[in-house]
Amino acid sequence: MGYELNFGALLEYQDVLLAGLWMTVKLTVVSTLLGILLGILGAAARRHRNPVLRHGSKAYVELIRNTPFIVQLFFIFFGLPAIGIKMTEVEAGILALVINLGAYLTEIIRAGIDNTPKGQIEAARTLGLSSRQIFIRIILPPAFQRVYSSVVSQCIIVMLGSAVVSQISVQELTFAANFIQSRNFLSFESYLVAALLYLLLAFLMRLIFNLIGSRAFSREEKQS
Amino acid sequence: MSQFTDWDILRNLLLAARWTILLSLLAFAGGSIVGLLLTFMRISRRKPLIWVTRIYIEIFQGTPLLMQLFIAFFGLGLLGIDVSAWTAAALALTLFSSAFLSDIWRGCVESLPKGQWEASRCLGLNYLQTMRYIILPQALRIAIPPTVGFSVQIVKGTALASIIGFVELTKAGTMLNNATFEPFKVFAMVALIYFLLCYPLSRASQYLEEKLNVAGKRA
Repeated sequence: MGYELNFGALLEYQDVLLAGLWMTVKLTVVSTLLGILLGILGAAARRHRNPVLRHGSKAYVELIRNTPFIVQLFFIFFGLPAIGIKMTEVEAGILALVINLGAYLTEIIRAGIDNTPKGQIEAARTLGLSSRQIFIRIILPPAFQRVYSSVVSQCIIVMLGSAVVSQISVQELTFAANFIQSRNFLSFESYLVAALLYLLLAFLMRLIFNLIGSRAFSREEKQS
Repeated sequence: MSQFTDWDILRNLLLAARWTILLSLLAFAGGSIVGLLLTFMRISRRKPLIWVTRIYIEIFQGTPLLMQLFIAFFGLGLLGIDVSAWTAAALALTLFSSAFLSDIWRGCVESLPKGQWEASRCLGLNYLQTMRYIILPQALRIAIPPTVGFSVQIVKGTALASIIGFVELTKAGTMLNNATFEPFKVFAMVALIYFLLCYPLSRASQYLEEKLNVAGKRA
């Protein structure tokens, strides 16, 4: 037997591949930003005085972390329209990614918050800062810095997880690979190239996050 | 056309969940074996071995599990090996788990203080003896909570096997949805069953970690 790998044949589909890649990048950027926001809100709720918010946040985290992403996606895309909430594939995909990332980041950021030295909060209270000011100015920035590398890893995991939204026909990278292999039957080559592009994206994401991290956190380190 | 009662849906989902459990167990067992091998390679002091495992881990952690499944499913076919969705899923999940597990376990071994190695050397223990009597017993204790925690990821990972046509819980869910047109109910039930599988594992992991921390503090 002998199978010749034929990557050359993929060249004619490079536009499809690039369009898919671009869609994956857009999905990732939007869901990362919104996901981090949701994670911060979730972590704040987790440490809020109001027990409803506290338990709500905890239930949200447990529910999302203990069910597969694809089921969350199907529930949002197929299940919600059945009760009258309709959205496009892209909206459903982003919503699912944000909800998923938000839950993990809630837990990660909460862990960072829990490590805040008690004295800092007491000092801030003594200075007359309100609870909100204390959270935003005193607790959050160092907490976020402490768990930054976990946040980055989780964002990358969600970027890779975005491959699954191809299943509700969002036309991202995996969808493009599926499309190409359905046309030219070069399944192995198509998926291999897509996989390499994901690898590249993961690498670039870590690079960019590290750059942002070193910019954002270096100033504070110099002060202390 | 036959009608599905709620009980019919639930019963069929539960029947399919057996395959989710079986695939998870298989992936966990396979992933542990390969992962253990990789861990030993990684903590050996041979540069080439270390590089191989690093690249391996980088590849499996840096690409989507879905891609790994596709490549296992379609790629092995090209090599002339006839793979069923079953084999492809088990293989891909095994390799995927092994990368993460070995990374977790390497962390556990490296978290042990360097003095442990040095003391063993002073006592005249060789590499294998140090591993067997000093390092592994301690590393194993630290490794249990994150390993149990990762098993949740494996159970959730098996859901992707539905995409290459393996009929487990998620696939059964989509099939039942196609037959009943009740996506809200069906996928809520699917999610519930996954939750019932994963939540105890998550809690066990947390419990073990707390227990370990308490024990660690006392010592």
